[in-house]
Amino acid sequence: MEMLVLSFTIFILALFVGVELINKVPPTLHTPLMSGTNAISGIVIVGAIVSAGTNHLSPTIASILGFIAVTLASINIVAGFMVTDRMLNMFKRKG
Amino acid sequence: MFALVNLSYLTAAVLFILGIKGMTKPKTAVRGNQIAAIGMLIAVIAALLHHQIVGFTTIIAGMVIGGSIGAWLARKTAMTSMPELVASLNGIGGGASLAVAASTWLTALGLQTTDAAQASTAWTLAIVVSIAIGAVTLTGSVVAVLKLKGNVGDSRRARLWQAVALLSLAGVITCGVLFFNQSQAPQLVLLVLVAFCLLLGIGLVQPIGGADMPVVVALLNAYSGLAGASTGFVLENQGLIITGSLVGASGLILTAVMCKAMNRSLPNVLFGGAFGQSSGAESSTNDDEFYDGKVKYATPDDLALLLDGARNVVMVPGYGLAVAQAQHAVKELANQLESRGAKVNYAIHPVAGRMPGHMNVLLAEAEIPYDQLKDMDSINPELPQADVAIVLGANDVVNPAAAEEPSSPIYGMPILDVHKARTVVVVKRSLSPGFAGIPNSLFIRDNSLMVKGDAKDVLQSTTSAIKEI
Repeated sequence: MEMLVLSFTIFILALFVGVELINKVPPTLHTPLMSGTNAISGIVIVGAIVSAGTNHLSPTIASILGFIAVTLASINIVAGFMVTDRMLNMFKRKG
Repeated sequence: MFALVNLSYLTAAVLFILGIKGMTKPKTAVRGNQIAAIGMLIAVIAALLHHQIVGFTTIIAGMVIGGSIGAWLARKTAMTSMPELVASLNGIGGGASLAVAASTWLTALGLQTTDAAQASTAWTLAIVVSIAIGAVTLTGSVVAVLKLKGNVGDSRRARLWQAVALLSLAGVITCGVLFFNQSQAPQLVLLVLVAFCLLLGIGLVQPIGGADMPVVVALLNAYSGLAGASTGFVLENQGLIITGSLVGASGLILTAVMCKAMNRSLPNVLFGGAFGQSSGAESSTNDDEFYDGKVKYATPDDLALLLDGARNVVMVPGYGLAVAQAQHAVKELANQLESRGAKVNYAIHPVAGRMPGHMNVLLAEAEIPYDQLKDMDSINPELPQADVAIVLGANDVVNPAAAEEPSSPIYGMPILDVHKARTVVVVKRSLSPGFAGIPNSLFIRDNSLMVKGDAKDVLQSTTSAIKEI
């Protein structure tokens, strides 16, 4: 229970940091912001890696789900960062 | 080792924050994105060092497959279909969270630690929440993508889908309660729970009109972040919680921006059904009467003559620009006008296009300097001084009825005041109504001209006509 309260505290504080931070992003960059946060939300890959790598002897439903999660999160990370970079370079060219 | 892994996650979270901070200015944004990518690399390496991991084959296979698909998507997707890509990535993120939560729970069940401290009520709640948000994000995004692509039209039976949503919500709650008591067949309960959550996602998004997809995409973006944060609760991983809530906050802010730009509340968007649904059928028959003989048509040559004498030109891009892929054509015309000493600006409504900032990205692709891209509040005071305003495939966001006719369904929605410009030229394929399904009184104003046609073709003909003058 203590762990939960601590986690919840961090969650709420991080929400505030997020709101403060993202309010400063200009509307021009809202699309790259969305694709960039898509990439960042791929952080669930850390949980997916553990799920996929735990059962190695015989594949269980849990490890299959882990494999699916690693695949999905990798799509998010790679596509998110790459497409954001592609977009932002267009903004960089002029200005 | 445990402390080191957790510190690495913290480092990653800090790098994400710094990365987003970089995104507050176009000049530092590329660097910001790279910083965030480094953060991700650190987190992945730290996760690979986790002591529970005994086999790397599946992990590497997943990364290679996912990475290749991701790289292919990132390279291949055209700037015009960015809303579809972002919506898909939202769904994929939700799906990943769903899979992680389900997998973690099944592992705990298999290890028979379910009655130990790990299976506390709070932990089980985190699992249920994680599964629910993940699944809703997954199917909700699938519906959103199909609606963005136009494969799924606006449902005439919104009520039915709302009933589906309510029923599946009841199902989710029932399964959630059973899940806590998990006496018999816990796997079956999990399966039914996931099924109801997936159905809930469809039921929630299906009744929402295509016009409101910018809001939905932004909201699903928030959900995908919150799904990640709830996975953080499941795994008791603070780095994940911080990161998930950052993404959640981002999506929530963008949702609020979109709602404000449409002068609607979030509940109204989510539960109000398709925009203008009640008036949809009758207004389409009245359109002909509304416009009959009152619209003045012009040709690209007329537009060229008009622009020849203009000093101050404002381009107003809308979704039609994206459909016609006319971003380069508009840049060409602007170059031509600028070489004649005219000032060219671009007025961008917050909900122009299908996602926040959609128009900005398209125009940036055509190498239009971003200081010429003006948002609604900064361009509206300048519009009365504009000689010519060219509306390119935008409709509802320039409908003066929103400002002048209290009976209009869009009354109160902030609009770009293009009708105050000396001359308004509307480039549009037809007189068909915009998403709101209502006629636009801008088209029959004294100072407005209509050039019928595809935005790209019209702009190209106008550019060549100007060159000949």
